[in-house]
Amino acid sequence: MAASLYAADPPDAMREVEIEGLTLLYHRRSGLTHFLAPPAPQILAALAGGPAGAEAIAARIGEAFEIESEDPVAAIGARLAELEAAGLVWRT
Amino acid sequence: MNHVFRLQVGPVSFRIGSQWRQPVAQLRRLYAGYPEPDGICDFTVRLEAERAWRRWIRPSVAIRGDYVLPDAAPLPLAQGLLAAEMGMNLQMALGQKKFLLLHAASVERDGRALLLTGHSGAGKSTLGALLGERGWRFMGDEFALLGLEDGRLHPFPRAVSLKNESLALFDGVDPARLGPVLTGTPKGRIRHLRPNREAVARMGEPARPVMILFPRFGRDLEPIVRDVGAAEAFMRLTQASTNYVALAEQGFDALTRFVGTFPSKAIDYADTAQAEALVDDLWRSA
Repeated sequence: MAASLYAADPPDAMREVEIEGLTLLYHRRSGLTHFLAPPAPQILAALAGGPAGAEAIAARIGEAFEIESEDPVAAIGARLAELEAAGLVWRT
Repeated sequence: MNHVFRLQVGPVSFRIGSQWRQPVAQLRRLYAGYPEPDGICDFTVRLEAERAWRRWIRPSVAIRGDYVLPDAAPLPLAQGLLAAEMGMNLQMALGQKKFLLLHAASVERDGRALLLTGHSGAGKSTLGALLGERGWRFMGDEFALLGLEDGRLHPFPRAVSLKNESLALFDGVDPARLGPVLTGTPKGRIRHLRPNREAVARMGEPARPVMILFPRFGRDLEPIVRDVGAAEAFMRLTQASTNYVALAEQGFDALTRFVGTFPSKAIDYADTAQAEALVDDLWRSA
């Protein structure tokens, strides 16, 4: 079975403010405010380049950041599930 | 409406109509010296009989207005003043769109304002009112109005609702500033206090906030001051706001700017003298 591809709203559909290492995100479409810890904001930024699966997202993030995890793809997958539950990403 | 009272409090105007004379007479006395608004008022509060015949028999006051809560319980006529105050709160909480509304007290000194917020019973209202009698300018105890554009705190010095034990703390004030003692209300024994002359005279002057305080009162608490991070302050203030969600992105922008600019502190205290000393210390270092 092919890995799921995830999509997110474009960056201009959200307002982000960084406070003490956390990202406060206002999601215009839902009107909801979210507290995000890394790597969730980086996942959303990576999805600005178009829909992607966990592996591709890990690769995109890996270009700019070091992911501190023995299994980055699994870690990204877990965060994607949380972002999906929060309505910030969805499967295409 | 048979009886009408128009009231300006800071940047907000109210028209309060009542089927009975008594609540309006009490409002007039409590708010003596407040300006009368020009033109159409921002909010309307109506105190009406729950049923037509109940205007006369065991009268029961229903709070109505531009915004209503369908399940709001009516109050007995003896608590009509409280009904009017609750009605004004309700209109603000549900209808205010020009300011981010924070359930907080605020006081000012030398052009700089201190915001006191926390859950019900934390003591912010009593502390704000006490500071207002001791050299600070009282700006409000129920709602603090954060300007969406200017980021300043705008005064909203409504009558202070003193509850239960806190009534005794204000025994020394001019009795003309005190409303009737209301007993058996949903919040116990209540007496309203008119803010002092300075608070009323300067209700049109906003102030620049410099500190956010989260006071907590408890008889067994040691007096301490703790730093509160901006993220925690943000979260607590969204909970303390009645219109954060309704203001959407404007609210988000105003609140992130607010918590990102000013320090936040939590203070625990066991009596008001301790609280005043803690606030004075913090103020000197701000």
